[in-house]
Amino acid sequence: MKFTLSWLKDHLDTEASLDVIAETLTRIGLEVEGVEDKAAALKPYVIAKVLSAEPHPNADRLRVCSVDAGDGKPLQVVCGAPNARAGMLSVFAPPGTYVPGKDITLSVGNIRGVESRGMLCSGAELGLGDDHDGILDLAQDAPVGTPYALWAGLDDPVIEINLTPNRPDCASVLGIARDLAATGIGALKSSAEPQILGEGPCPVAVSLDVPAASGLAPHFALRFVRGVTNGASPDWMQARLRAIGLRPINALVDITNYMTFDRGRPLHVFDAAKVAGDVVVRLARAGETLKGLDGRDHALGGDMVVIADDDGVESVAGIVGGAASGCDAATTDVLIESALWNPANIAQTGRRLGVITDARYRFERGVDPASTLTGLDRATQLVLDLCGGTPTEATVAGAMPESDHAIDFPWSEVRRLAGLDLSRAEMTVTLEALGFRVSGTGDRVKVVPPSWRPDVEGNADLVEEIIRIAGLDRIEPKPLPPLAGITRPTLTLIQKRTRRAKRALASRGLMEAVTWSFIPHDDAVLFGGGGADLVLANPIASELSDMRPSLVPGLLRAAQRNADRGYPDAALFEVGQCFADDAPEGQTIRAAAVRRGSANLAGGGRHWDGTAPTVDAFQAKADALAMLAALGVPTGGLQVVAAGADWLHPGRSGTLQFGPKNQVGHFGEVHPRVMKALDLKGTLVAFEIVLDAIPAPKQKPTKTKGAAMLSDFQPVSRDFAFVVGRDVAAGEIVKAAAGAERKLVAGVEVFDVYEGAGVPEGSKSVAIAVRLQPVERTLTDAEIEAASARIVAEVGRKTGATLRG
Amino acid sequence: MTDLDTLEGDLLAQVASAADEASLEAVRVAALGKKGSVSELLKTLGAMSPEERKARGPLINGLRDRVQGAIAQRREALAEAALETRLAAERIDVTLPLREAPEARGRIHPISQVIDEITAIFADMGFSVAEGPDIETDELNFTALNFPPGHPAREMHDTFFLAPDAEGKRKVLRTHTSPVQIRTMRAQKPPIRVIIPGRTYRHDSDQTHTPMFHQVEGLVIDKAANIANLKWVLEEFCKAFFEVDAVKMRFRPSFFPFTEPSAEVDIQCSRKGGEIRFGEGTDWLEILGCGMVHPNVLTNCGLDPNEFQGFAFGVGIDRIAMLKYGMPDLRPFFEADIRWIEHYGFRPLDVPSLIGGLTG
Repeated sequence: MKFTLSWLKDHLDTEASLDVIAETLTRIGLEVEGVEDKAAALKPYVIAKVLSAEPHPNADRLRVCSVDAGDGKPLQVVCGAPNARAGMLSVFAPPGTYVPGKDITLSVGNIRGVESRGMLCSGAELGLGDDHDGILDLAQDAPVGTPYALWAGLDDPVIEINLTPNRPDCASVLGIARDLAATGIGALKSSAEPQILGEGPCPVAVSLDVPAASGLAPHFALRFVRGVTNGASPDWMQARLRAIGLRPINALVDITNYMTFDRGRPLHVFDAAKVAGDVVVRLARAGETLKGLDGRDHALGGDMVVIADDDGVESVAGIVGGAASGCDAATTDVLIESALWNPANIAQTGRRLGVITDARYRFERGVDPASTLTGLDRATQLVLDLCGGTPTEATVAGAMPESDHAIDFPWSEVRRLAGLDLSRAEMTVTLEALGFRVSGTGDRVKVVPPSWRPDVEGNADLVEEIIRIAGLDRIEPKPLPPLAGITRPTLTLIQKRTRRAKRALASRGLMEAVTWSFIPHDDAVLFGGGGADLVLANPIASELSDMRPSLVPGLLRAAQRNADRGYPDAALFEVGQCFADDAPEGQTIRAAAVRRGSANLAGGGRHWDGTAPTVDAFQAKADALAMLAALGVPTGGLQVVAAGADWLHPGRSGTLQFGPKNQVGHFGEVHPRVMKALDLKGTLVAFEIVLDAIPAPKQKPTKTKGAAMLSDFQPVSRDFAFVVGRDVAAGEIVKAAAGAERKLVAGVEVFDVYEGAGVPEGSKSVAIAVRLQPVERTLTDAEIEAASARIVAEVGRKTGATLRG
Repeated sequence: MTDLDTLEGDLLAQVASAADEASLEAVRVAALGKKGSVSELLKTLGAMSPEERKARGPLINGLRDRVQGAIAQRREALAEAALETRLAAERIDVTLPLREAPEARGRIHPISQVIDEITAIFADMGFSVAEGPDIETDELNFTALNFPPGHPAREMHDTFFLAPDAEGKRKVLRTHTSPVQIRTMRAQKPPIRVIIPGRTYRHDSDQTHTPMFHQVEGLVIDKAANIANLKWVLEEFCKAFFEVDAVKMRFRPSFFPFTEPSAEVDIQCSRKGGEIRFGEGTDWLEILGCGMVHPNVLTNCGLDPNEFQGFAFGVGIDRIAMLKYGMPDLRPFFEADIRWIEHYGFRPLDVPSLIGGLTG
């Protein structure tokens, strides 16, 4: 919403400066977007007379001018404009002036050997339009020495406010003035509503052909004015419309635009000669079209409300008029329409037509329902004043909707909700200045909002009205009472695990990425997603179409992008939400990491201490297990099973589970088919764990860790080399060895795995070191031999392994 | 000079000239070994008369002790020299660069870090963390929050929709974390103090908007919380978050469907050379929206607005991260460029806390 200072002062009697007005507007919720004060910006630019314009001695296209800028001392100025000539009046800027159109500050120049003390300016150089044809050529009566902006009527600052959608009343200069007056910086000027009596009935009848209950067209008024002259509107009106960015067209059109901004009352004026028969307000029929005053053809239908005559649709209600019945210089008889429309319906129609007009802006937010008839009379008066003519009586269909919405308001609400103590007198004055009617005298009063405030429903709204005018700065901050005792831990288990997982993975040299929640459909399908319930109906881009089922595809693509940029050894992780379906329960928090190239834990690339090897599945496994350990997950029950998810290499991946029914994640080398589908190069390994799937720790009554069992007796270590079938998992051997002597075995390490010469075809050698830790006394050789024999027997029984000869 | 003196002189000379451990050992064996010259002399003591032994004994024993001592001394000198030689040979180039340690290489994304900072601050004021799903119903994202039917935010150009289900109902990607306010108020009786950080989505993409971004909301519901408390909470938060002693804030009345009264909050700052400083300057920068929870919203959650009251506020996490840490552009937040993460990210052990300072 834009307006000028002088326009505001039509409605507001104030001595306040522009700065105070702007600050006040922002303070009361009418946030000032900008103030354009051309008079201030163009202050150094004065009207000057070109005394002489001689050819430049060294340049054909330049002229050396002598200029009188009002002080009688001729100044020498070099000018390149083709229209510079002796005797003309133009605009002069002295050295030191900032030129907005060129973004330079002038200095005393020397142009091809001739000194130039300033500049003669074009409109474009002043930031006024695009006219580059030459320097401004002013009328001969322009006063030399006077600031140009003052003379040109540019001294009316333009204020633009960012209007919140709840305040349609301030889509008018009058409404803004009313709000400002309530703050006490000025007085609202009252102006009597004009009363137009009219001669005889309106010759055009109106019918409302929409159900009254629909509320689509509650009130509609029309008046005929005969014998108007539709010339240009007066200069003051044109200047104001131009200042706020509107193009003056003719008096009748300008009057409707002026009413829209001055009173927030959009109207429409038909050329009566182009309206056939009577007027009906109805729903558009499928297939109907209208060529609008905006020059576009609009396809109508559905629930759009239109104004039609015998020839068909003449205008779309509240949004755009038709070109066919528009007014031009030849117009002599007019029909002025003032109506009330349904805000939601106007918004819907406007969106469907893709039309944004000043009328739609107001109707969809809510035009004052009491302004239908007063607006018609005021517009008629303006037509009579500017265009002459004879009005008829108004023809009116429907009626102003009944509303006597009284709020039962306890004054204490202001203190309760805002924490601000104000006197009842001050609160009453504020409400009444804003047009509210306050009745009663006790602790509770009846407050009736004015017709132009559809946003005010209840107590909280009244509190807002009172405190925004009082100023939110008057509310002193007051501590939120502390909760009793020391701050308790507030994070939930999953919140704690999410945070820890991030720190744990970052401490393994991985970089945390935050990738899009939506991924390409094909990627989603590859990773087990792509279900219809997770496809966006309106993705912002085709590759951001599906809610991700996994973090891995986003990380894989990110790693490849880094590689393409010349960083082949990316190590990335993400901890975030993934989606199995569209229900809240289908959303899980996962942690995933990818390593590419030689991005090992210890580092990547070539190094004097040894070139880092290409990453493998064990790097991913290590990341996963380290993270689980950091989460405090007891890994005793964790099983590692061969083969992971479908997106992993079947022979180089594994599944992490707490029992077959509780898989928590996968790790391994990315499947070659996924590599190809995602256009990934090199080697990539990844893990992904569903944090929600990890069992919660057991609740214990105390935090005690139990006694540490530190044996006083020397442990002994024995090595065993087994030959087993190559498909036997090493983990089974380890498990069997540990299980053979539960009390004695303190640890089992696999220290060698070998296939080849010396080991039968189809078999492998797995060497383990078993640490035996006696608790009661030192082991005898016989006991050690017996334990070893049991280990060999148990491993043999469980895996078919034999001791290597 | 006696024969003992001669022998001693001879042996000591041999000890002194032994060039290594082996030749020293040869000297020791020749003198003190079973058949050594000194050992042979010691054996003669047994056959002597007591008087003779008394005279010769100390002389021979003295000889043995001195030779033994000389050998021990020489052995130590030889060991010392050998160590010196070894140390002179054992040299590494300590300037050889190491691979960077994993803890030094890894990074926490600024969004995670800032969420941790925010959580630390609000936990101190008694707030817990509430979360909710990204895929929401229209009811929770809009209707319960007092958005009227036909509100522009419900349009395809503002909000992401999922495909309609069998009943024609379309779920949305939440446009704010406010639905979690509703979920919290419906699940938990006041007093309520929660912050709600999370991902949010709007159909928007340009230099300052991404279709996905992060927001944190706060919600306080009890029987007394008012705008004065809201102002205090936000001022304390801004001081703590931006790590300045004082901030100047401006509360401007504004409009949101789910709060009444509503306000937008600007923070005073200076901009010098692309760096924003709070607590000084003359510029105003909008940083958040807030207000008293709308009576209709309370009613929608089964709370009587005449009994319960409270406030809510919402801040863009990405936005305040940019303001505090000086990222000029939002889009790289989601591009996973390791150069950007390395530069703007945080080390894994930089865990924000109030006792240690948010940024250490």
